[in-house]
Amino acid sequence: MNKIWLGMIIVSFIFGCLTGNFEEMSEAILTGTKEGVEISFKLLGPVCLWLGLMKVAEAGGMLRQLQKALKPLVTRLFPEIPKEHPALGAILMNLSANILGMGNSATPLGIKAMRQLQRLNSDKKRASRAMCTFLVINTSSITLLPTTIIGLRMAYGSDQPTAVIIPTLLATMVSTGVALIIDRIYRFKEGR
Amino acid sequence: MVIWQEITHLLLPAIFVLILVIGQLHQVKVFETFVEGAGEGFKTILNILPYLITMMVAIKLVQASGILEYFSLFCGMIFNLFHMDIPSAVVPLLILRPLSGSASLAYISAIFKTAGPDSPAGLMASTIMGSTETTFYIASVYFGAAGIKDPAYSIKVGLIADFTGFFAAVIITGFLLG
Repeated sequence: MNKIWLGMIIVSFIFGCLTGNFEEMSEAILTGTKEGVEISFKLLGPVCLWLGLMKVAEAGGMLRQLQKALKPLVTRLFPEIPKEHPALGAILMNLSANILGMGNSATPLGIKAMRQLQRLNSDKKRASRAMCTFLVINTSSITLLPTTIIGLRMAYGSDQPTAVIIPTLLATMVSTGVALIIDRIYRFKEGR
Repeated sequence: MVIWQEITHLLLPAIFVLILVIGQLHQVKVFETFVEGAGEGFKTILNILPYLITMMVAIKLVQASGILEYFSLFCGMIFNLFHMDIPSAVVPLLILRPLSGSASLAYISAIFKTAGPDSPAGLMASTIMGSTETTFYIASVYFGAAGIKDPAYSIKVGLIADFTGFFAAVIITGFLLG
């Protein structure tokens, strides 16, 4: 992250000097933090709305229902994990949280799942096949309700904040589908 | 297409009421629980705020330097070869999305501010944001926490997913909402 951030700044600075955008660059630096604060506060309302709703969903057992529904799929995706191993439970919790757009809960659950998978890992320095599959599912995103972006759209006065739900669902299915297919191919090549 | 739009408007209230009713039926004290969850929103935003602030400076500098025009022009030429109608504002997300979630969020806010969230660029950016995750960030957090040094083939596959997701998002959004 250090390299990315600094890299962006240095490259932009050099380019900006070449194009002579001195005043624009100055203004950018001065107003950057201000706009960051503005975005954060704009997000506050919608984020509170979703987290409140999701807390009710969790308390009402909807999360557990989702996990029960996902279990057969997950056992098939991770055949090498023993049936009652805690890794499966952690994976289920992480995936359910992701699906409901609870990104902040999903991350600690994902860490827990990875640590469980590490206990099953034969080569402790290298990601196992299960870890790779788990990672690509997470990174290709499986969110049913993209709450953050809906919140951002509301904050910027969108007429239809939820218009993107269906396209996002379809696009994420494509990305996750492709990820799983290619992951299968690599799994087969690994043969472990 | 007006019915379609009405259905989209109904989604939010429907989901909202449905979850609350189901919660109530399961004996959940919905008011208090909602308040509790909403309270966590503050912690969440407070966690994101420093990252967003820091990233925004870099993003604005990138925009001010004019580098994006050249980059988008370059990619635009390649996309035109494939007859793809991608708004130039959206193109930098192809690189930004896998690299940094806060940068993407900051960049998309900029698109919302200039073109508006319901413009073609705004809609596509929204879909792109929601359809993939930040590969490098997730890999470093998850593998780091487990003590893994070698990610094997996972990053490659992750990036392929990000790449596919970007184009799927653009094409699907263009088709459904264009």
